[in-house]
Amino acid sequence: MKSGKFWAWVVFAIGTAYFFIPLLATFEFSMRMRRGVHSFDAYQIVLGDPRFQATFMYSVIAAIFTIILGVLIVVPAAYWIRLRLPQIRPIVEFITLLPLVIPAIVIVFGYIRMYGSNSPLPFLSSDLGASALLVIGYATLALPYMYRAVDTGLRTIDVRTLTEAAQILGAGWTTIITRVILPNVLIAVLSGAFLTFAIVIGEFTMASLLNRPAFGPYLQNIGANRAYEPAALAIIAFAITWGCMSLIQILSRFAPKSANRPN
Amino acid sequence: MAARLSLEDGTGRMTDLSLSNQSIATKSAPPSEATAFRFPMQWVGVAPFFVFVLMFLIMPTLYLVLGAFQRGDGSFTLDNILQLVSDPSISNSYWVSIKISFWSAIIGAFAGLAIAIAIVRGGLPSWVRSATLTFSGVASNFAGLPLAFAFIATLGRVGIVTVLLRDIFNLNIYAMGFNFLTTWGLIVVYLFFQIPLMIVIIVPAIDGLKKEWNEAAATLGATQWQFWRMVVIPVLFPSFLGTVILLFANAFGAIATAYAFSGPQLNIVPIKLYSQINGDVLHNQQLGYAIAFGMIVITGLANVFYIWFRTRSERWLK
Repeated sequence: MKSGKFWAWVVFAIGTAYFFIPLLATFEFSMRMRRGVHSFDAYQIVLGDPRFQATFMYSVIAAIFTIILGVLIVVPAAYWIRLRLPQIRPIVEFITLLPLVIPAIVIVFGYIRMYGSNSPLPFLSSDLGASALLVIGYATLALPYMYRAVDTGLRTIDVRTLTEAAQILGAGWTTIITRVILPNVLIAVLSGAFLTFAIVIGEFTMASLLNRPAFGPYLQNIGANRAYEPAALAIIAFAITWGCMSLIQILSRFAPKSANRPN
Repeated sequence: MAARLSLEDGTGRMTDLSLSNQSIATKSAPPSEATAFRFPMQWVGVAPFFVFVLMFLIMPTLYLVLGAFQRGDGSFTLDNILQLVSDPSISNSYWVSIKISFWSAIIGAFAGLAIAIAIVRGGLPSWVRSATLTFSGVASNFAGLPLAFAFIATLGRVGIVTVLLRDIFNLNIYAMGFNFLTTWGLIVVYLFFQIPLMIVIIVPAIDGLKKEWNEAAATLGATQWQFWRMVVIPVLFPSFLGTVILLFANAFGAIATAYAFSGPQLNIVPIKLYSQINGDVLHNQQLGYAIAFGMIVITGLANVFYIWFRTRSERWLK
């Protein structure tokens, strides 16, 4: 047992070294901009760069629309499948796994060919259309995570009884979904939302190929042309990812722990 | 499960209490008038979902798959697919991508498994476990461009670790052949998200190993080694192998990290496809479709195995 514990510490120490050396080195590197002393100059330059602000805002807004679109598509479908169509659940679960099988670059390539300016649905003929297509693409990428989060949330509540109770009180479908089901799975939806945010915020492939002024292409541009700013941006991106994951963990403490009924 | 059907129908039309099973309720033939009105209601909740995935996931993919088998004028051909194999620069890019994905998946899986076993069964304090899991959740999502920037700052030509090794230990890793643009350079970087992803997925599986199994084995006179060989490894194996395949697909589709290191020069499949989409560098529109098709086939095959092993392992972990 003693030696087992020893080896466990050894493995843990090696793992810690592999993961922390690059992070510490990046942090150190990011503060080297001013010769001879450590400073936050690189952060100041990055955060003060109007292109940083513009592209970051663009990506934040794209992420918010992605989350809204994802909720609008996933929540009614997951609810309806639990309530009425349990027989199609395997099909839907399979479909929601497809974005893990089909690489993002392939999906966006399909969009460019199918929704180009001389197609029947010319998303790409206007800026707004292209941005909409980017949000749609992001919602597709987030689909596996969003669906699983919402479905897990629905598992912990008694969908059928809640629906019947609401109907007895005279609620229509919109009321049931927005005022009964959604509040009950809100924590699950928010977990999915923060994960979506973390995935979308620095996404490069889709934004670049759709030629959108998003944060990902900006990162690429800075990475190709600057020395210290990319390190500062890496630290900022790590902090954002960390923030999203921490919020998910904090939220999970408020989530109901067990199912109220056998599944 | 579906014994209470009397009130759930929004239209109030389906009040037949004798129906005891929902699948019977939808499949049996109620009065024709009811069917005519009820059928659309049944599907209305999932309609947005299906319209969305058809328009923005399935049809765009099918479009590329069909295009891979067509000439520019729309006639059927296998030339594009054959060219994937016959053009050395394309087949080489597939080979490099498969090699990087395979080794980063295998190494990431074993390293992740070792760390997972250490934190779950190694008798370490509980904060080690929760800290590792939290960090793994973050690091598995820390990919793309920022990851490349972090490694350039660490192991780039003027990176902190490169300089330290050179000044203190007199080791010039670049003179020794290290480079991010080599297969092993990329593998070292990809491990930064592969290992944590393995930890996140495999820890629940290791938690699923019940303490009673160890006691039962010990009661039957098994040594610790026999317990591992005959109980732990067979139970974990499907879930382990399944995750290896997920890691493979994960690395195979990744593009941003490699792109940040090299721009469009590096010869891996996703970057090849990226350049083709941007500028038709292969001078054949249809060849781009074939490259995309090849990517779907490879990750698709990997995931078919993944789903298969997943269902096998879940039987044990209930």
